[in-house]
Order: sequence, then C-alpha cells, then structure tokens
Amino acid sequence: MAYKEHRLIFKNIDAPGYTRDIACYQKHGGYEILKKGLAMGGPAIREEVKKSQLRGRGGAGFPTGTKWGFIDPTKVTKPIYLICNADESEPGTFKDRQIIYKDPHQLIEGMILSCFANGVKLAYLYIRCEFTEGWRILETALAEAKGAGFLGKNILNSGYDLEIHVHRGAGAYICGEETGLIESLEGKRAYPRIKPPYFPAVLGLYMCPTIVNNVETLCHVKHIIEMGGEAYAKIGRPNNTGTRLICVSGDVVRPGYYEFACGALTLGELIQHVCGGIRNGNRLKAVIPGGSSAKVLKAGEVYKVKEAGIDGKMVEKEVKLEDLRLDFDTLAAAGSMAGSGGVIVMDHTRDMVECLANISTFYAHESCGQCTPCREGVLWLKKILSRIAEGHGRDDDPGLLKEVADRIAGRTICAFGEAASWPVQSFIGKFREEFAQRIRRNGNAAKKDLVSLTH
Amino acid sequence: MNPWNHDVAKDEKDLVDVQVDGVWMQMPRGLNVVEVAHRAKKFIPHYCYHPKLSVVGNCRMCLFEMGAPKMGPDRKPVLGADGKPEIAWMPRPQIGCATNIAPGMGIRTDSPLVKDCRNGVMEFLLINHPLDCPICDQAGECKLQEYSVEYGTGASRFVENKVKKPKNVDLGKRIVLDDERCILCSRCIRFSSEVMKDDVLGFVNRGSHSTLTAYPGKSFDNAYSLNTADICPVGALTSKDFRFQMRVWFLKETKSLCTSCGTGCNITIGSREGKVHRLTPRENESVNSQWMCDFGRLNFHDLESKKRLDRPLLKAAGQQFPATWTDAIQRSADALKKVKPDEIAVVASGRLTNEELFVLKRLLGELGVTRVDTVMNPGQADNFLRSGDGNPNSRGTELLGLSSGGRKLSAWAGEIALGKIKALLVLGGEELVAAGIPAETLGKLEVLIFSGILSNATSQLAHVVLPGAAFAEKTGSMLNVHGRLQRMTRAIPAPGEAREDWMILRDMRMALTGGNSLHSVEDVWKSMSAEIAQLSGLNWARIGDLGIQIESVLHQGQVKAG
Amino acid sequence: MSLPLHAGTENCVGPEKGEITPAFEKQADELVSRYPVSKRSAVLPLLHHWQETFGYIGPRGVEWIACKLSLQEIQVLELVTFYPWFRQKPYGKFHFRVCRTLPCALGGAGRTFAALQKLMDLKDNGHGGTMVSEDGRFSLEYSECLASCGTAPVVLCNDAFHEKVDDNKAATLVAECK
Repeated sequence: MAYKEHRLIFKNIDAPGYTRDIACYQKHGGYEILKKGLAMGGPAIREEVKKSQLRGRGGAGFPTGTKWGFIDPTKVTKPIYLICNADESEPGTFKDRQIIYKDPHQLIEGMILSCFANGVKLAYLYIRCEFTEGWRILETALAEAKGAGFLGKNILNSGYDLEIHVHRGAGAYICGEETGLIESLEGKRAYPRIKPPYFPAVLGLYMCPTIVNNVETLCHVKHIIEMGGEAYAKIGRPNNTGTRLICVSGDVVRPGYYEFACGALTLGELIQHVCGGIRNGNRLKAVIPGGSSAKVLKAGEVYKVKEAGIDGKMVEKEVKLEDLRLDFDTLAAAGSMAGSGGVIVMDHTRDMVECLANISTFYAHESCGQCTPCREGVLWLKKILSRIAEGHGRDDDPGLLKEVADRIAGRTICAFGEAASWPVQSFIGKFREEFAQRIRRNGNAAKKDLVSLTH
Repeated sequence: MNPWNHDVAKDEKDLVDVQVDGVWMQMPRGLNVVEVAHRAKKFIPHYCYHPKLSVVGNCRMCLFEMGAPKMGPDRKPVLGADGKPEIAWMPRPQIGCATNIAPGMGIRTDSPLVKDCRNGVMEFLLINHPLDCPICDQAGECKLQEYSVEYGTGASRFVENKVKKPKNVDLGKRIVLDDERCILCSRCIRFSSEVMKDDVLGFVNRGSHSTLTAYPGKSFDNAYSLNTADICPVGALTSKDFRFQMRVWFLKETKSLCTSCGTGCNITIGSREGKVHRLTPRENESVNSQWMCDFGRLNFHDLESKKRLDRPLLKAAGQQFPATWTDAIQRSADALKKVKPDEIAVVASGRLTNEELFVLKRLLGELGVTRVDTVMNPGQADNFLRSGDGNPNSRGTELLGLSSGGRKLSAWAGEIALGKIKALLVLGGEELVAAGIPAETLGKLEVLIFSGILSNATSQLAHVVLPGAAFAEKTGSMLNVHGRLQRMTRAIPAPGEAREDWMILRDMRMALTGGNSLHSVEDVWKSMSAEIAQLSGLNWARIGDLGIQIESVLHQGQVKAG
Repeated sequence: MSLPLHAGTENCVGPEKGEITPAFEKQADELVSRYPVSKRSAVLPLLHHWQETFGYIGPRGVEWIACKLSLQEIQVLELVTFYPWFRQKPYGKFHFRVCRTLPCALGGAGRTFAALQKLMDLKDNGHGGTMVSEDGRFSLEYSECLASCGTAPVVLCNDAFHEKVDDNKAATLVAECK
C-alpha cells in the first residue's frame, strides 16, 4: 500500500525545477491568495481560521483561531504585533528549515495574510542565527515581495500597510518560547515572562498585544484561505485537522521530512513503510514522537486511548505503539505529545542511559537560569546522568532523578521545566531496569570517590 | 517614591470573598496572595518578591495551591452547605506574588502540595549554595537559613560538585559581592533599575552559571547601594563597613532617626555593649519607605572618633584642662553673669533635639538674651531622600524661634570685633570658623562656652568645653524638613563623662537662674506641648514609632515666658 | 584583598583591533531603523554586525553598542554572555560547529568531532569550550541542535551548512578550507 504524502505545505519543496524566487512562486499561483484575503477582510480570515480548527505547529498545538481570538483589533488601542517564530531548535525538528530555504514566499504570503487578519502593521520574523543562509534568503524574498507591492505601504491598493523585518536570534533554545522570544526581540536576555500577567495577547512585544505563530502554522493559514476553513477541517480528523509536517531522524533507513494529514498515518506505518524500517536490521526500542521534550514511547507498549466512535461516543480502546495515529489527541492520550513533529527513533542497540544523558545535557545547557527549579534542578539532572553514564552511578539515582524531575515540572515560569523533566520521568519510568543494571554493572559510587562531570 | 507598592490596596473598601486555609474572609480586591496571606496572619515564604519592586516570580518559593469556585451547568458557582462556593483545587500550584485575588478564590498555604513545593525549592537553592554560614554576615537574618529550618530538609542528596563563581568581589566602594551565595532573585538589579533608575547591575552567563555583576571596571557606587544589602535575602551583598564586625543576634535594636540631613530617615541602631555596629533603615512610608542613603547609614563612626569630647574642659593659662561638671557649669554661669544679657550671643543648633532647644529657649528667656541663631549646614540634595538641609532639626529651631536662618549670625563677627558681643555660647558642636567667624575674632571673646561631641577649631578656642551626647546617645524628638515630628531613642550611653545636652542646659539654667522646673525629658515634653501650639495635645507616646505630621511650622511658635 | 570585577569577561581577550568605518556605521544605523518602537531591540543585530566585522565582541564592542543604543554597558554584556553565538575572543578563520544533540549523536557526531579535532590538530584545554588552533586557522566546538536531524551528523563551517558529515566528509571539508 502506498503511503502517499499529502503535500500541502511541502507541495513545491524539492519539486524539480522549483526555485525560491518570487517569479517561480508566482508562476505557481503565488500571492493570489493574498489578493483573495485582502478582499475578504480581516474578520472573515479569522473566521475561516477558526472554522479550520488549525492547531499551532510549533509544539504546543494551541488552536490558532482561539489564539487570534484573544485580540479584537477593533477594541485594541495599542499597536498589535505579529511575530513569526522561526527559531526552530527543538531536537528532532527540521521542518521549518525546508520552508524557509526552499519556499520562503509561502511563509511570507501566509504571514502577510495573518498580519492583515489581525490588524498588524509591523511584524518580525525571528529566525535562529544558525540559519545564516536562511536569513539571507528571507531578506531577499521580503525585498522581492516589497518590490512587487505585496509589502510596504498600501499593499495592492488595499490601504493596508505592513512592514516585516527579519530578526536574527543568537543561539538560545529558550527563544523558542513565545515570551522568551519577545524578551529577546526587545533586546534583553531571553527570560520568559510570568503568565499571568504577561500573556502575549495582552502584554506582549513592547507591552502591546502580540501574536506569536510558528512558521508552519502561518503557511497553513494561506491554504486555509485558499480552500476555505471548512474544507481544510475535512482533512485529518476532528480537532486534529489539516496536514502535519513530520520529521524523522535516528535509526531508520530513510530519515527525512514528510507531510501527512493529521492522524492519517500511524507510528508504525511511518517508521516501517515511509521510512523503510529500522536500519541495519535492528529492532525498534524506543521512539520520541514530538521533539526531545516529548515523553518517550517504548516498543511493545499498549496504550488506553479514548477515541470517538462512529456514533460520536467516546470509546476506550487499547492501542499498540505501532498503531498510534500521528495526531495531537492520540499522542497526548498515549502519554506523550505530537509537539513539533520531530520523531526520533532508537533501536535496540541504543543505551537509554546515554540517550537520556545526551538529552539532559541539551536542557542543562539551554536553561535560561531565571527560576530556581529549572536553573538548579536541570543541571542537577544532567550531572547525575553524566555520572551514571561515566560509570559512577548509585543505586538510589533512578529514584532521585524521578523525584528531582517531579519537583521541576509544573513549578517553573515556563514550559521548559516540563520539557526538561518529561524525558527524565519517561525514560526512568519505562527503562528503569536498564538504569539499575547500568549502575550495578559499573559499581556503586558509594564505594568510590565522588566524581562530577562539569562541562 | 516607589514605582510599586504591592502592599497597598487600591481601595481598602473594595473587598472580595476569599477562602484562606479553609476560612472565608474578605480582603481588598487586587492584592496579591502573599499580601493577603500576610493580612490573614499566614506567612507565605518568598525571596524575589518585594512589595516595592516589580514582580518577577523567579524564586518559586511562594507557590501556593489555588482554587476557584466550582461552576455548575448553569454557569453559576456551586454552593456548599455553608452557603459559600465550593472550591475546585487546581493541580498546578501558582505563585502568590503574581496572583491577584479574585472573588471566590481558594488559597491553601499549608497543604501537602505546598509543602512539597517549598521543600523542593529549598533543596534546589541549597545544592549550589556554599556552606558559608560560619563566615557569612547574613547568618541570623538570612532567609535561606530561616526557610531552611521551616520548610527544608536536614540532609542533602546532592553529591556532585557545586558550581563555582567569584567570591569576595569588590562590587563597589561600600559593598562586597559573593556570587556563590547569590540565589539570583534579582532584587538588587530591580532596586537599582526601578528605584535608583540606574541600570548598573545585571546577570551574565546563563543557566546555573548565571552570575550577578556590574560591568568590569564600573563600580556599584550609587548613593543608595547599601539598600541592596538590606534587601538581599542572603549574604551575597554585604556592607564592607559591617563585614565581619558583629553577629547580628548580639545586636540590640533601637528605634531612632538618622541625623545626617533634614529628611530624618527612620532607622534602627544596631549596637552591642555600648558600641554602635550598624544603622539600618526602618520602614516609614511617610518618610523614607524602606530605604536610606549610604552616607547617612555609615555616618556613625564619629561616635568613636579620636576627637570625641568625653570630659568637661576648662581653660587656664592658655591650655584646656579636664574639670568636673560642677566646676565647669559653675564657671560658665559665673562668666555669663559678669556680662550683660545684650552682650551674650547663643549659637543654637539644628542638631539639637526639640527638648534641648526648649530648655535653651526657657533659659534664654529667663536671662533676657535675644541674640540667638543657628548655623546653616547645607546638605547634598538629590531627588530621592537626601535633603538640601544638612541639619536634622532646623525646623525644630524655627518652631521654637531660635533661628533666623543664619542671618543674625552673619553680623556677629563684626559685633564681636567691636566688643558688642562679649560672650558666646555655642551648642551642637557647631564650628564657627568655617561658618564665617575667624579664630582671631573668637579669641576676642571674654567668654566662649562650647558644647558638642567632637573637638574642632571652635572648641579649641573655648574657655569652657562641655561634652555632649551624639544622636545614638540621646532620646528626643526632631522635626524633619517636611514638618514631621519623629522620635529617637537612646541606644548607647555617651562616652566618659559626656552628657545629653538637655541635662547640660538644665544644669546651666539652675546655676544661672535657679529655675529647676524641668527635671526630666517628660517634664520638658509636658511644658513644650502646653506652650507650643503645634504640639498641643501631643505626648511622647502619641508621636509613635512612625512620627506624626504636625501643622506647618513656618511661622514662629508662641512660647510663654517660663 | 577582594577580587576585582571580571565576571562575564573571564574569556575576553581584550579590545578589538580595527576602525569603525562610515560604512559600518551606516549599516548599523539601518539595523537600528528596523526597530522604530525601541532602539534597544537593535542590540542583537548590532552584536552580530560587530562580530562579523571585528571577529569577536570585546570591550570596545560592548561600549560602542551601549552608547549607540543609550544603554549601560552591563546591559550589553549580559547578552554577549547569554547567547552562545557571541564570543569574546577570535575564533579560527574556519570555525566548525558539530551538533551533539540526540539525533546527531545517534548519527555519529562524536566520531565526526574527534575526526575534525584530529584533522585540525586541536588540543582539548579541559574547559570544554571552543578549541582554537595555534595558527588561528581552525576552531572547533560542539553546538546544540542545528535543525537538520534527518541528515545527521550535521556541521556548520562558518556560515556554510554541511550534512551527513562522517569521517570522510570531515576530511574533505577540512581540506577545502584554504
């Protein structure tokens, strides 16, 4: 059976002969939807987005229509800002890169439509600095769009003005958090803000109402306007509408980026059929379905998932790992999340201790340091795991790791606390015996000198 | 004065119902949960929250369990048997400092969840914190110590190496920084930025390696820098002056006033066994909020100066010799009786208390002396607390009619030279050579009586030197530049044989006029409040610890002859 | 007796060499103009601009940018030390960043790093920071996820992005650095 992608966003990515200049984009119908949107008017666009049930593609999966709905352009006196979050840094995720590098005008058109819909006159594209070429590509594309009259003053004679500037980040993962991004854009350390009261819809950039949307989300807006919200909502499954960009990395034969309708594909189909199965003839051991912040899923697990039956009633089913649908609700029900769509596959030769130690090193390095549990706790987790990985674990380390992680999640300013804790909680929870074995094998550190790894 | 005042409700009468630890009560809308708990006599521990600074919510110590009314299908709150809404408790704790109360909110300050949150934060704060208690000045008033006892665990589970940061950093002229002790609450940064409008401090590096610093080469020398040592919950920021001087639990705390300028910031004197070790600000929202300037804070070392006058002196054969109080007073009285009242001038002082000035006033009235004035000591005004008036009680001298703003004084040099003034009584340790009366002129006086605490150019010329008491050694009241009457209380005894000035004046009065009706400070007070309109109806107790705003004192008070 | 202030600049090699040209200023002004609401927002673009021009950000950069944006120096230094892209000492003419996060680690990033280190003849100074070759030609450090996990291991050489960099490709990359 052919697992054909549903290439909506990725329609022109890697298409032969497709180039990223505006001429090519327009040859493929580019900026026609902008004209349609300008004629529809802002409230109509927002209505379509609501009807589409589009959920944010940055990681949180928050309904975009609802997010936009927090701001009423007719009632707000302060300027409204929109920021495109192109700070793609979630390990395992590499979908936004494709859009920026290969089809930037799709993003720009979606962004202009979104800005128009929300009464935004000044918008920023926050791009991670490591995408150096991507930055230059976007600057060029924005200049092309402006030259063609799609940006700037009086766009296409609609009376609507919009300026979009590209803003480069500087290597901090926490800038992917929307309020951290806003702080960074204001020229400060990227410390996420406490909510309440600093909800971006109320007190965002420069303390004005602000919408922060992921690159992919903004691209979906364009397609929603093109086909209409209702038609879009027919793709995928209820409450999990549209298509999703999925990135697969790790121990598969064909890692890469794919696009499927939400829930049209199961995890097993993705790994086995789309990605050619586990490489080197190995077996699946674990998979992280939504970027490294998502809880790990173990091969052989069975989940209790509530699904709406044909008659609409919620029915609890037992679903095996391979049969998990790749949509927001199913993965959440399985105790993980769809997140940013970064699927990391680990085969049976992989050491879970090393994997978790690697992930924890990432979070320890990226913690902004603002709040106590994350600043102190996440580095502590990393130090314990490094110690175990280097052969100096202690018998109570797994329990300690879990308790420390439990005291971080839910107690921090932003979701980074959960992002750093969930891997630890899930790896320890599901692979505890492997940790215990590793510790036993390398000797109990209580008998040795204390060693710490601080790098 | 402060950009924020989270402890003050917008409208004390706009109340909402909240449930705190099971008890329903009414609290002003808009207050945050930490303040509400405080008013409900429940304490929610916190580090980064400060009522006068912006809320950042980074320490996470004030996490509490929050609940909201359960909503029924009719979108109305479900009411319990007591007629109050039933509370649905949220699994995720909230920070109290950033949560403003709303009608029907449930607050749990003591549940198992809350206890675990606090225990967690304590554990996290201590894993990289150095074991410095034995050498740390903050011991005894350290929030980390206190909350550790209340909410922490006795043992540590951390077996890794702690993060190392700079210790003993010379952050500024008056302040030392220990970065390892810092818990990154950012109170000092916010104080500098928001109250001082001076962004001189910041955090460098990231994560667990975040470090407080000023820009290398730049010094944290702000005139109010030591307030950050006050608000630092731990021993990261400490005063160079107080460093290693004395353990705080040995300090006797006495409520007093700063006398370095006319603002009269309320302070606490920390002393032990007759020695003052430090001054700290005392909260008074009507005067100085919770702050004081570094200059006033450190301006107490004169108490132990080598120039301190500690025994009466009499001049004989051109030299000053120690004498007894009886002799000194007698000699003064005799000398003053030899001259006519209109040949006597008196330098009163804006450093004296109202009580001292009152006794002086009584004495001058009885003697018939009209030449009295004060020395204008200018202060360094800034647009915060420091006043342009360097005297703490100028307005007291005006209230009692003992000052002409220095205008009379400016003529005295000439009058002394002409022999019109033969006797000069100098009080409050005022130094007249610098004030414009040359030493040669002073040398022409038949009688120069000096009372003060430090020897100076004037005292060295005096025929009689009467050692007085400094601010920490006297009880009395002063009127600040804004017309606020405030109390100071004696913390330590005056050194040697030095005496409080009101006693000196009382004895002089007895010797000169026989008047002995003012034997105690209370006597003075009774008479004062009876005779001066602005002080009528007041007594010592009514002034209170925070003082009392009395009417404008720009017109001269009416004092009856005694 | 007490330490002077140095936190945040322990790794700084000192003032940058070179002049600030009119072209540099013009470009800086253009960057500032993109943030009409608040000049302070331009601090990150200016830091990039300075680093690209002078090779690193030392005290001159911090002070120039602070002055330009009406900030205090500490407010700029805070950012130089918070954001890993900014450095306080010059790196090699060819600066390599090897991603070490999970997918790339699974893909063999450790071997790639070791291979590069050997090819560039770099010694580990034990601090875990960037290694710079003595002749200043090469420098090498680990980086976090560079967002191309499907083509692990991933390496950045200055601004150029390279995918599937195994030992062989590492050798090719280094050889191409003239």
